Amino acid sequence: MRLMSSIRIDETDPMATVKALLSRIGLYLFAVLIGLFFAVPMLWLLTAPFDASPGLNVAWPSFTLDNFKGVFENPRAVTSLRNSLVLAVVATGCVVVSAAFAGYALSRVRIPGRNLLLYMLMLFSAVVSGTATMVPTFLLIYEIGLINTHTGVVLILTGGMLPTALFILKDFMDSVPRSYEESAQVAGASSIQVLKDIVVPVVRPGLAVIAVWALVNIWGDFLTPFILLRSADLYPAAVVIYNFYDETGRPDLSLVSAFAFLYSIPVVLMYLFVNARYGFRFHGGIKR
Amino acid sequence: MAAITTHQLVKEFTGGVRAVDGLDLTIEDGEFFALLGPSGCGKTTLLRTIAGLEGATEGRLFIGERDVTDLPPGERQVAMVFQDYALFPHMSVADNIAYPLKIQKVSKGSRLATAEETADGLSLNGLTGRRPGQLSGGQQQRVALARAVASNPQVFLFDEPLSNLDARLRLEARTFLKRLQQDLGVTTVFVTHDQAEALALADRMAIMKDGQIQQIGSPREVFAEPANTFVAGFVGSTPMNLNPAVIKDGRVEVAGASMPLPPSAEGQVVDDDEVIWGARPEYIRWSPTRTDDAVEGEVTVVENLGAAALVTMEADGVFLHLVVDEDDEPAPGTRGWAVPRHNRTLLFDAAGGELIQG
Ligand SMILES: Nc1ncnc2c1ncn2[C@@H]1O[C@H](COP(=O)(O)OP(=O)(O)O)[C@@H](O)[C@H]1O
Ligand SMILES: [Mg+2]
Repeated sequence: MRLMSSIRIDETDPMATVKALLSRIGLYLFAVLIGLFFAVPMLWLLTAPFDASPGLNVAWPSFTLDNFKGVFENPRAVTSLRNSLVLAVVATGCVVVSAAFAGYALSRVRIPGRNLLLYMLMLFSAVVSGTATMVPTFLLIYEIGLINTHTGVVLILTGGMLPTALFILKDFMDSVPRSYEESAQVAGASSIQVLKDIVVPVVRPGLAVIAVWALVNIWGDFLTPFILLRSADLYPAAVVIYNFYDETGRPDLSLVSAFAFLYSIPVVLMYLFVNARYGFRFHGGIKR
Repeated sequence: MAAITTHQLVKEFTGGVRAVDGLDLTIEDGEFFALLGPSGCGKTTLLRTIAGLEGATEGRLFIGERDVTDLPPGERQVAMVFQDYALFPHMSVADNIAYPLKIQKVSKGSRLATAEETADGLSLNGLTGRRPGQLSGGQQQRVALARAVASNPQVFLFDEPLSNLDARLRLEARTFLKRLQQDLGVTTVFVTHDQAEALALADRMAIMKDGQIQQIGSPREVFAEPANTFVAGFVGSTPMNLNPAVIKDGRVEVAGASMPLPPSAEGQVVDDDEVIWGARPEYIRWSPTRTDDAVEGEVTVVENLGAAALVTMEADGVFLHLVVDEDDEPAPGTRGWAVPRHNRTLLFDAAGGELIQG
């Protein structure tokens, strides 16, 4: 918008007026092109699942729900969605609960070098569940006998998310005045009661942000389960979708599109819910 | 209800700051006790130590007959009102007031009934469904009081509960607080840095400086006979005049004039003693004509106090303050005489600043 209004039309000179008009039209065309470029895949996700014979183009669908029937009749697709759900919910739970306790502790206890510790954790976390540590991660999980289990995947995913979650939550915890807790303490509340009755409700928007962020990340994560899981019946949706080929080795587009549609619904719903309820805010994130 | 007793109470923070430094104090059962002192003197720390939010480094603390030195805050049966009120933003007013009862496992119906009743008593009717954020400062302050009252404690601890209100509201809230405490008769410790608040509210008060108590007494005693120059300068809406003086021929030589000895100091000083002569500005009269036993000087500044004016006068190189009625107000530059009420003047020891009295 700022760009548009910065092109001023000089009304006294007709040539200049035409020029300005043309440049404005050019700008709009350019913006539309860019917009289309990003909109097409989204449109495909909306049309292809309902098309009787989906291709790799966006077309008005010859409407059918058969593709979804295909998904629900495919046992691997259904199992994988359930696996994704289990992994996402359990790992998100682990991230939120441990980040809440750790964030509270880090916010309240004075440890020398506390901020340095947090920054280091952040730095390493970018590595832990990333490509760079594929081999060590595999070896570690293999050595402790958790290869091909959901537990192993949950542990690695949780470990990868924890530092960032901790960093954001500590900031939320810092914003809860001490006097709230002390006033509950004087009333006789135990530490757990203080946490449950006062701290958690006050930082609830922070917890919601962390939960959605973790859930979306885990839901979409491909690499970790791909490395750590062997049996097809343990695969989450992100890994399974990569295996939807027909006999000739071409992607089965009717299955892929309908599956992708179903796969994206929970994330969109979560986002809408949290945004409506709390609004996304990361509270400055990095202070000082 | 119970008395509070401290024996040689010390609170030392890591780093060596002794915020409370060997305090012996008894606050009587049912008393409204004010702790007065400048910012940073340790008032809040003492209050938090009584509440159990800070552990005592040395000494013992009793509430009633119980030694509570090592008890956690929740078991001391005290209620504290914090300077920022510390109302829980996610709870309604009723839930805020009822929270201590919830911790005491009072049933929901009964604790909400108590909350409503307490709220009514503190003029909060009709507000119990709101969140604290939807209330004015004065209302928030009363919710904090209601929460303290509803928990039915043996002791109230108030940390500057009026300091976040604007001036007019503060007066109202002050009267309200005094009446509430009289009605309930609960032992109350009230921390403030505002001497007017302490004088107005307290049955007895303690003046603190650097973690130590300078004087304990009724507001009247503290005002009339401050134990030292610090108390004399701190208590009173205009600070007491404190001028160096020498005893000559059984009289006080101060600001180039000779004054009679204050009655309280009679027989306590001898000639050539170096002292500090103290007189409150309210106890000094202005006279445009020559008067005996008065200081002659020139008016330098006149500050309006409403019905009176605070006049600063220079006499023989020292400054004297006096409160003059609006009808007698002199113009700056006028020469005249400051006439103290000699029975209200005091002498302090020049070295230690202690009050000299028989
Ligand atoms: N948690 C703490 N750690 C170290 N020093 C503190 C702490 N709290 C207060 N102090 C110090 O103790 C002294 C008294 O503080 P405080 O009791 O808050 O004073 P007041 O309430 O009279 O203004 C001050 O010098 C303050 O800096
Ligand atoms: Mg204080």
